[in-house]
Amino acid sequence: MSALLRRSETVIFLVLVAAIVVIGLIRPEAWELANLFSLLRANVITGIMALGVLTVMISGGFDVSFPYFAMAAMYITLLGMLATGYSGVVLPFIVATLIGLLLGVLNGFLVYYLRMIPLIATLGSGAMVRGFLLGAIGTANINIDRMPPALIKFASLHLVKLTEPDGTTIELSAMVLIYLALALVVHLVLNHTMIGRGVFAVGGDREAARRAGFDVRRITYFIYCLAGALAGFAGLLYVSMSWLANPRDLAGSELDVIAAVVLGGASIFGGRGSVLGTMLGVFMLVLVNNSLIILHVSTTWQRVAVGAIIIVATGVTAWRDRKRAAYRKQTA
Amino acid sequence: MQQSFDLRRFVNRDANLFQLFVVTALIFVLMTALNPDKFLRIYNFESMSFIAPELGLLSIAMMLSMLTGGIDLSLVGIANLSGILAGLFFHAMGGEHGPGLANLPLGWVAVGVAITIGTGLLAGAVNGLLITKLHITPMLATIGSAQIYVGLSLVLTGGPAVVGFPGWWDAIGNARVLGIALPLVLFLVLAGLVALVLTRTPLGIDLFLIGSGSKAARFAGIRMDRAVFASYVAGGVLASIAGILLSGRVNAAKADYGTTYVLEAILISVLGGTNPSGGKATVLGVAVALLGLMMLSSGFQLLRFSNFLVDFIWGAFLLIVIAINAIRSRTR
Repeated sequence: MSALLRRSETVIFLVLVAAIVVIGLIRPEAWELANLFSLLRANVITGIMALGVLTVMISGGFDVSFPYFAMAAMYITLLGMLATGYSGVVLPFIVATLIGLLLGVLNGFLVYYLRMIPLIATLGSGAMVRGFLLGAIGTANINIDRMPPALIKFASLHLVKLTEPDGTTIELSAMVLIYLALALVVHLVLNHTMIGRGVFAVGGDREAARRAGFDVRRITYFIYCLAGALAGFAGLLYVSMSWLANPRDLAGSELDVIAAVVLGGASIFGGRGSVLGTMLGVFMLVLVNNSLIILHVSTTWQRVAVGAIIIVATGVTAWRDRKRAAYRKQTA
Repeated sequence: MQQSFDLRRFVNRDANLFQLFVVTALIFVLMTALNPDKFLRIYNFESMSFIAPELGLLSIAMMLSMLTGGIDLSLVGIANLSGILAGLFFHAMGGEHGPGLANLPLGWVAVGVAITIGTGLLAGAVNGLLITKLHITPMLATIGSAQIYVGLSLVLTGGPAVVGFPGWWDAIGNARVLGIALPLVLFLVLAGLVALVLTRTPLGIDLFLIGSGSKAARFAGIRMDRAVFASYVAGGVLASIAGILLSGRVNAAKADYGTTYVLEAILISVLGGTNPSGGKATVLGVAVALLGLMMLSSGFQLLRFSNFLVDFIWGAFLLIVIAINAIRSRTR
């Protein structure tokens, strides 16, 4: 029992349940099915990108470039679809994922080959990709009248559809399944494959991992490519779900995603983190932003709330780490 | 021992500075060649002398945080928040617009300056406490605090800019002293002051020692926390002065002014010879890098490059500079 309580996932889960109960007591409409469904739907994009950031952070790296990769992948794919009149769904998502993956190679190169500090490398690559996208490719929105209908139809798929007494319908988006499937895949890769073990090993002690025979180069490229690929996929899914493609969108969302991953118990120094914790962190972040609206707090407070979450989560993690280090010193 | 250490550092520094001067001179020649009749106009350099100082102050603040191996991502947030607070104070004293605001007496403007610098002091102290007392990694601490500073700016203004500042305030950003832009004079004075503190006081020497090897500094009995704390407070104050220059120059303050300044300040700081892992930095290097990059961006703007493409070039420049440094230090 005490082992279960010490796990950060358990702590976040308990905080999450407490938050839901408290918010529901103040505003009963928060517990309505329609709101719960929209909460789950709101997890999808942040969640998919968070899976990539989680992997990067477990390996001791950092990434702030992925929202810009996501927008570049999405916009180039859409322009290609519009130019060719292609109306499928699967191929565009593959293309967007591949564009994200290729951009991820750039990050891997900067971090592994040039040994750049990941934050600075990804700040630079993100700025470059964003500048190139908006300066050389285009800034015009693709509105619903030009959005490929196949993408919109795909993103509107739902699992459950209920009709309220007053005639309004509520739906649970099927995109939640895609998020869960990707989360499962990342979980399996991290915990049950050699390369996943390598990601943890590099994050724990890079030099030790190298001497133990892990291919640090392959692992570094793998994690930044994975983060880029997930971002590219999430970018196209995002505009399919919102019916509007604005290449300026998602700028700044890297902070939300990082906040969620840190809240989920991942350590910035690497070696620690879990998919379940990250998913709970994402849910917590979405819940906080959503609850501010339900509690009639001005949305301008959202940024303050996200900032407070980052500081509290990192403060607690740092405090826990120091306590563990002190404990180890005592017993050693 | 002490002697030889200093000597080597000096030679190293000079090699870097020499390279930097050459790059800056090359940019000057290239831009003059590309814009034969426009670049060399006095007007072009005059407008640079009003715009560059705010970015210069942010770059020096960034350099101070990097000197101990940290980073301060909240600087632009501090600059905007302090400008907004001063603007709201002036609106409360002299009305939202009209002669009452424009002719606000010098005394009230001085109080506004005090509010601004007080904000920078407080915000820098919060950063310092998060880093030294709660032991949060500088990157995450300042990402979190930046959200809070930007968020507070949004809460205070609701989003739109605070437009209209007193005449005396605008003078700080637009006046001349003996024909030289006042912002430039302020920048030179403050840069000189920081250089003096870094090279001639115990605090400055402590900061260099902390950056070049935390363990050695700890054994030498340096009160590390106090020095690191002081460096983030100084960064906050410099950022708030940049906020005065920015809001004075454009006669307005807004939560999202100068968002690209974060990247540009990192770029200038690194290009100026600052080692992002700590221990190496010079104010002169930052000043020369600032000059070079201002010429680069004004030259491209004269060539009618879009601002987005200039952002792309800044990002690419950052990566190339670090790459060259990495390759050079490997072959040495």
